[in-house]
Amino acid sequence: MTDWPILSTVTFLPLVGVVLLLLMREDGPNGRRNILNVSLLTTLVTFVVSIFIWTGFDNANPGFQMVEKHGWLGGGISYHLGVDGISMLFVILTTFLMPFCVLASWLAIEKRLKEYMIAFLILEVMMLGVFVSLDIVLFYVFFEAGLIPMFLIIGVWGGKDRVYASYKFFLYTLLGSVLMLLAIMAMYWQAGTTDIPALLAYKFPPQMQIWLWLAFFASFAVKMPMWPVHTWLPDAHVQAPTAGSVILAGILLKLGGYGLIRFSLAMFPNASEFFAPLVFSLSVIAIIYTSLVAMMQEDIKKLIAYSSVAHMGYVTMGIFAANAQGLQGALFQMLSHGIVSGALFLCVGVVYDRTHTREIAAYGGLVNNMPKYAVAMMVFTMANVGLPGTSGFIGEFLTLIGVFRANTWVALFAATGVILSAAYALWLYRRVIFGALEKEKLKALLDLSPREQLILYPLIALTLFFGVYPAPVFDVTAASVDLLVNNYTAALHAAQDVALSMN
Amino acid sequence: MTADTILASLSLSAPEIILAVGALVLLMIGVFAGERSATAVTGLGIVLLAAAALWLIFVPGEGLAFGGAYLADGFSRFMKVAALVGSITAMILGLGQARTYKLDRFEYPVLLIIATLGILLLISAHDLISLYLSLELQSLALYVVAAINRDSVKSTEAGLKYFVLGALSSGMLLYGMSLVYGFTGHTTFDAIAQALSAETRSLGLVFGLVFILAGLAFKISAVPFHMWTPDVYEGAPTPVTAFFAAAPKIAAMAILTRLVVTAFHPVLADWRQIIVFISIASMLLGAFAAIGQRNFKRLMAYSSIGHMGYALVGLAAGSQAGVSGVMLYMVIYMVMTLGSFAIILAMRRKDGVIVENIDDLAGLSSTNPFMAVVLTALMFSLAGIPPMAGFFGKYFVFLAAIQAQLYGLAVIGVLASVVGAYYYLRIVKVMWFDEAKEGFDRTSGELRLVYGLSGLFVVAYVLFGWALGGAADVAAATLF
Repeated sequence: MTDWPILSTVTFLPLVGVVLLLLMREDGPNGRRNILNVSLLTTLVTFVVSIFIWTGFDNANPGFQMVEKHGWLGGGISYHLGVDGISMLFVILTTFLMPFCVLASWLAIEKRLKEYMIAFLILEVMMLGVFVSLDIVLFYVFFEAGLIPMFLIIGVWGGKDRVYASYKFFLYTLLGSVLMLLAIMAMYWQAGTTDIPALLAYKFPPQMQIWLWLAFFASFAVKMPMWPVHTWLPDAHVQAPTAGSVILAGILLKLGGYGLIRFSLAMFPNASEFFAPLVFSLSVIAIIYTSLVAMMQEDIKKLIAYSSVAHMGYVTMGIFAANAQGLQGALFQMLSHGIVSGALFLCVGVVYDRTHTREIAAYGGLVNNMPKYAVAMMVFTMANVGLPGTSGFIGEFLTLIGVFRANTWVALFAATGVILSAAYALWLYRRVIFGALEKEKLKALLDLSPREQLILYPLIALTLFFGVYPAPVFDVTAASVDLLVNNYTAALHAAQDVALSMN
Repeated sequence: MTADTILASLSLSAPEIILAVGALVLLMIGVFAGERSATAVTGLGIVLLAAAALWLIFVPGEGLAFGGAYLADGFSRFMKVAALVGSITAMILGLGQARTYKLDRFEYPVLLIIATLGILLLISAHDLISLYLSLELQSLALYVVAAINRDSVKSTEAGLKYFVLGALSSGMLLYGMSLVYGFTGHTTFDAIAQALSAETRSLGLVFGLVFILAGLAFKISAVPFHMWTPDVYEGAPTPVTAFFAAAPKIAAMAILTRLVVTAFHPVLADWRQIIVFISIASMLLGAFAAIGQRNFKRLMAYSSIGHMGYALVGLAAGSQAGVSGVMLYMVIYMVMTLGSFAIILAMRRKDGVIVENIDDLAGLSSTNPFMAVVLTALMFSLAGIPPMAGFFGKYFVFLAAIQAQLYGLAVIGVLASVVGAYYYLRIVKVMWFDEAKEGFDRTSGELRLVYGLSGLFVVAYVLFGWALGGAADVAAATLF
């Protein structure tokens, strides 16, 4: 690639759509259709342009690529963008999921469509910004700014308890993040820079790392979310509109995992090692406890939300196993979960649009009149369970291998989560899809419309493709992950040497 | 004093002289032309303030004047321009609303100009005596303005409360000054700083310091001297409240900053603990007491208490980064507040009834989308959510606090900001999530201009913030 600023282009391209939407009118015969077309087109173009990031990406280079750097705001804060193997695929995931969100909102959003689409496009800008930022203040700005559109999306277009859910979402996340902000400031005074590559190279004193790690963890654990600060997620998921849930599960949760890898693990290796047992415990609790909780849910979305918490448990566990397998697995699990849980929420949206209920008990026997839907749902349920051949398997398997190397007991307990996830997911599938078609309301339901097929079939293809051939992902991530693991172990050895020499 | 030094002093204080002479001329115009000249006098007053601001920007001049009582430097220039922008905006806000709020008499703009004159002198004060005199000039004008709507019980009550409590704080300030003078033998800031040292400072001086800080804390409405704020904010006519919230706060914060970092710099440890305390108390009270408010103006009062707490976080650091943070914070705060007050002024139902409750904003996003978007941006900015300007204000003050290792203060501060976010979110919620009520009357052009510009400021700060931040850095450097 030439020096064309591709990352800035992709990040801010959705704003073009925002400007166009601002100029349009929602009322009138074609208003609605035009708004949808413009939004879809914007997200598609963004996705297509973002593909160039992947094609131009050098897999062998473990460092940051496509770097752009300009002065911004003074005080050492710069507008610094770049991607490496860890962040690049999240950019693609974000741009990839957005057209589906627009399609999923095609009919579901009945009021104030224009504002809705504007909020979504702004949200896309913020999420992309998080992944491409190479300045920690810039990162924080994008990280927090995403709260504003999401708050409005849940609050304006959400379900019955939307106000409560939106407040909880906003305040929970903000509370975690402000502590991280203070840690960022402390890092600035310690290292004299807010530049992420420079901070990655800087060795923070071990004692300071402990505090910084805790502050960052407060933010990312809420975002992830990890047990016991996960309670905002089920509320937010249940109340959010379908597309909101997709983005929430698909991308926003990944911000936490990305942050843990990029900052907690890479910048504070000593503290990460020190706190690894804590993270392992919380992860195992999350996997087992939230899986059990998921089993008892009566609301489909809530069940998937709890299963997300459990799956994120694998991710945190894999990250802090701090070896190549664990990290690769965690990254893969995040990408796979982004597709699979997004698809599951889209599946819920399909039946919710028809019946306007998410109660599991209100369904049953859908296989009889919605066979295509049943197949689609089955693939995603299996992927959620982690069946070999689906993308869900690869991530879970690798994180388990990684954590097995780090701590066998943790792997043992975490593995029970695989069984539990099979229990709740299959049970959900049985209650919704199988059984006799007895309920009058359900008999009239039509199978997937062409639009819904367009949404779900590509996701099925991807789920199966990455399930049998995950290499494209690993090719991208391998070099950067290896570098990270090497730096991590080197830092630990250095600390050990210091400790030995002092004795 | 020779003729030369007098001439030099006069040229340094040209902006103040413009205002002083101009105010007298306008008074004459008003007296001879009668009540109907009110609008013309207001317009001329705005021109006068703008002239002073332009003079400050384009005619550089730095140095001591009037035997050390007056100091023109980069810091005072920055704060004066900010204060003048605040005064001009507040007067523009009153332009179309004067009749509604019974401000349509020529004394109103004249009093505001005199108050602004006091504000400018206060920012440049470099001596305890000139500090006191300019503070009183500003306050006396404002007492009258608060009660200018004589027929309203609330307005007169606000004026009286403001006067009685203000007089009390002036008394404390004077007493503190007398102690400081007694224990150092000087009234100019430089001389006080030279006479002081951390090791030999006497307890009497600390008493004086406490009283002076208490007197100034009253002016910036910091806890525990905040009691007047909600009542005065609510009772005074809204354009007057907008004036109160902007320029006088900037001036009081400026002189507090100058006083502690120049005159009392040697006893940093003594004043820092006081500032830290009132900062924490203001942030917490501002956050918690605002939760229950239903009246938008009262809410803004508590919000201003909280925001003064945040600005003081930077001051507590006592460093150049801290002062620069305070200056930036005050400017950003002023823009946000004026924008919010422009919107409060626009809250008038179609039948002409003025409403001030938050619930009256219900469904604003569908009845007046532009106003709703601006107010949303302002509220998120006040809450300190990036990428709005308010975030960067908070960022730089907390950055300074972390540098000064005031970790407890910083942690309490950011936690209070999360609590504060709750009530700002409530306004957003009312506008976006609630069902629409009857819409407001058409907003007049000058209000739309003011809140539109302030909305643009908070959103576009990410693009031009470097310029403002750079100017604040340069200005702050002059104090060190």
